[in-house]
Amino acid sequence: MFENFMASFMTVEGFAFYLFSALTIGLFTITVMSKNILYAMTSLAAGMVLISGFFFILGADFLGVVQLVVYVGAIMALYAFAMMFFDTTRDIKEQNTSNALVFLLGGLSALVLVLIFAAPIHSNAIEALYPMTEGVGNAQDVGMVLFTKYLIPFEVAAVMLLVAMISGIMLAGKKMDTSLTEDLSADDEIMIVKDEK
Amino acid sequence: MIGLTHYLIVSALIFSIGLVGVLRRRNLLMLFFATEVMLNAVNIAFAAISHYYNDLTGQMFAFFIIAIAASEVAVGLGILIVLYKKYGSLDLDDLANMRG
Repeated sequence: MFENFMASFMTVEGFAFYLFSALTIGLFTITVMSKNILYAMTSLAAGMVLISGFFFILGADFLGVVQLVVYVGAIMALYAFAMMFFDTTRDIKEQNTSNALVFLLGGLSALVLVLIFAAPIHSNAIEALYPMTEGVGNAQDVGMVLFTKYLIPFEVAAVMLLVAMISGIMLAGKKMDTSLTEDLSADDEIMIVKDEK
Repeated sequence: MIGLTHYLIVSALIFSIGLVGVLRRRNLLMLFFATEVMLNAVNIAFAAISHYYNDLTGQMFAFFIIAIAASEVAVGLGILIVLYKKYGSLDLDDLANMRG
């Protein structure tokens, strides 16, 4: 068992795998445990960069690039902008649910999931639905499957993103002229001015 | 050699971290972070299965999960901003107003 571990640790893939796993688990633990929103967000972004490393090891190059562009680029930037609306410098005070119970439940679910995944699979019965084409790069291969077999889900996803964009504008865009953090008397003044008109 | 089981176990551990976050957090923004962690864990599992069974379906699902996560964040953050404007806090205990 231990020799096995050391042998796999010595290969490049194995070393990268163990390094990335340790770092992602540590970073995501910080995300979940930290009291400071800024620390949580930064460690989440770093963990997502490392997860794209997993995708590159697994040969899913295009997925790794999409992870970097969409998650680390777009979603984290969206969080960073949204944090300007909230007071993020203070530590958040939470009345946490009893920690012992949470860690018991989390540990139990981790144990069950690990046991399920470690169970032997009848892999002979599994056949590839859309097997990877030999001699074709990953991005090209993904494009060929995505734009033929998954065209309708792709279009539906596009419509869903449009709906999300419109709803985001509608929800956040209202009353953008008033400040959230200043005292509310400013709001009353604006109301009075409107009434005078 | 690193096998499929290695990746699946790492993904299960990361998913459990996200689950612990969802269970123990009371701040809505932190709950969002925990759900992102869980979605990323599932993406690792899909990419690993796609690699070891030589099948592109897993990667396709990971793409759609990323698209869904992006739209979820856009709508969710809009709702968070509206809630913060209305209540001045993102704490779930402050927001609960349906106690009978």
